[in-house]
Amino acid sequence: MLSVEGLEVWFDVPGGELHAVQGVAFDLFPGERMGLVGESGCGKTTTILALMGLLPPSASVAGRVLLDGEDVLAKGEDSVSPHRWRDVAMVFQGAMNAFNPVKTVGSQIVEPMELHGVASGRAARNQAAELLEMVGISGSRADRYPHEFSGGMRQRAAIAMALACSPKVLLADEPTTALDVMVQAQILELLVRLTDDLGLAMILVTHDLPVVAQVCGRAAVMYAGKVAESGPIETLFHDPRHPYTRMLFQATPDLHGDDEVASIPGAPPRLDREVLGCPFHPRCDSAFSRCPVEEPRLREVGDNHTAACHLNDVPMQVAQ
Amino acid sequence: MSAAEVGAVTANGSLLEVQGLVTRYPVPRGLLGTLRRQEQEHVHAVEGVDFSVGLGEMLALVGESGCGKTTTAQTVMRMVDADAGRILFRGRDISHLTQRQLRPLRREMQIIYQDPYESLDPRYRVRDTVAEPLLIHGIGGKAAERDALVVQALVQAGLEPPELYLDRFPHELSGGQRQRVAIAAAMVLKPKLLLADEPVSMLDVSVRAGILRLLDELRRDGLAIVMITHDLSTAAHFADRIAVMYLGRIVEEGPAKDVVRNPLHPYTKALISVVPKRDPRDSTEPQILKGETPNPIHIPSGCRFHPRCPIAQEECRSIDPELRRPASAKSPEHRAACILA
Repeated sequence: MLSVEGLEVWFDVPGGELHAVQGVAFDLFPGERMGLVGESGCGKTTTILALMGLLPPSASVAGRVLLDGEDVLAKGEDSVSPHRWRDVAMVFQGAMNAFNPVKTVGSQIVEPMELHGVASGRAARNQAAELLEMVGISGSRADRYPHEFSGGMRQRAAIAMALACSPKVLLADEPTTALDVMVQAQILELLVRLTDDLGLAMILVTHDLPVVAQVCGRAAVMYAGKVAESGPIETLFHDPRHPYTRMLFQATPDLHGDDEVASIPGAPPRLDREVLGCPFHPRCDSAFSRCPVEEPRLREVGDNHTAACHLNDVPMQVAQ
Repeated sequence: MSAAEVGAVTANGSLLEVQGLVTRYPVPRGLLGTLRRQEQEHVHAVEGVDFSVGLGEMLALVGESGCGKTTTAQTVMRMVDADAGRILFRGRDISHLTQRQLRPLRREMQIIYQDPYESLDPRYRVRDTVAEPLLIHGIGGKAAERDALVVQALVQAGLEPPELYLDRFPHELSGGQRQRVAIAAAMVLKPKLLLADEPVSMLDVSVRAGILRLLDELRRDGLAIVMITHDLSTAAHFADRIAVMYLGRIVEEGPAKDVVRNPLHPYTKALISVVPKRDPRDSTEPQILKGETPNPIHIPSGCRFHPRCPIAQEECRSIDPELRRPASAKSPEHRAACILA
């Protein structure tokens, strides 16, 4: 349904260009929940902002984003804007910033409906109230202002706003990062229920692997602007084929796990310079002679499972 | 120096012992409210908290926002005044000392904050940031002596080789390195107690473990640490003991493994059930509580958790349960404030 091919994003920065997204590709199927994970600066948020056509003017974009076969990037703003909110909607990290503080929550849910001609006037207001009920907020609160809502309620309202035009794809950028665990659990349960009930596909962007593990069926791990590994979430956890994926899981403490928690040494490379070889090799615990000189290509390593690591070319015995 | 000041620990062997701590903030009434003589309301941030921590021990204060964990730390540090209760540091009650009397004690209790991007002065080089506490407390007379202490603190905080970092500014450091500088600036005074307020929540996943392991090393070297966190997984991995707070009270406290594996309070049980597990196959049914933590201005009667409690009984509306060891506890140090536990 949604197909991303060779997505590239550059930002103009003083003294050069920053290559934030470097040839990212993935497919998203109807009703699927996919995680996009990685450290800050790996390009995960930039990727989904590109899908929404919401990047700042300093960014240039290349590649194709096919929505039901139509390339929405082909003609810039003209080709994206009919789809924004209508087919692809987004929930942002800080729910407070998603709302205009001087307009009622209800009127802001109505706005995208009227813009896309989905509904207007009383019909739109009634739909807004229904949407609020659907996310667990009493419809009578539609005429309240954002500051009258708690953090968790605001995030629910932001989800209601994203669903206003019954989109096919929901992009959620760290939707629970600023929330407490109990509220996080409520929001994640809501997202799972809504995607199941409405047959909505979702891309969940987060740095929090356990959240992806519990919510998504599949994930793509990004590093330095590229997809390092992608596959079913169970496979990524139990049989990772890129050391970064394995080390990222090892760096995450688990409530009941007794295994040693280890940080990943070093920091990701700067993306305003050319990176030689595998971008992860300076931090990798399994790097060998080939890694600093030759960049590994993302290739199939199993069912629905791709990884960009030279270790997958070497039989296990030789690698050790 | 009096005998109490010299004594290393309190009667029960703790470096810090907090008893019945209460901290309230007045709610602004406005001019009209004052004229109408409206009753002054208070935010009951901390409502009778008891805990202790010993040398070489890490206690995690865990809870959701607004549960009073940060206010507890600020009250212990005497940045906020307590309304009631005692704060025994090395056996001496410091809750009523003047700021002047507190000054020599400040050396021994240090605090680090959540956001290393905000807690470091951007115009100070690492050398000056770490040396400043020495100047304030008049330690290390000559510049060379101070430098030696700074280098030692940087090494202790894992910033090696120290020469590489001495002349850098905060903007030249990564988030993890900045937090290490903050830790070096706290450790340069060789404190006995460190309060760490969400020390890793602003950092990337890949560097969090490094900071937590550093705190763990400092603990092994004899430092007493109170870590404030909302992340139960982190607490379970690194703390010796966990105290779970809800609306200004500790509702459960005990050895970390017991609290996580055998939670006794319904709030702790629910909290543990909703922590996302790393293994996708490990999907125990989360027990999601309805609503959000009530407003700390109007604390519910009886057990403060009863309006959200899945197993509340009639008597929970009236009985305010005390923190005690229930029959179901496996460890003698495991306590919970629930009449049904």
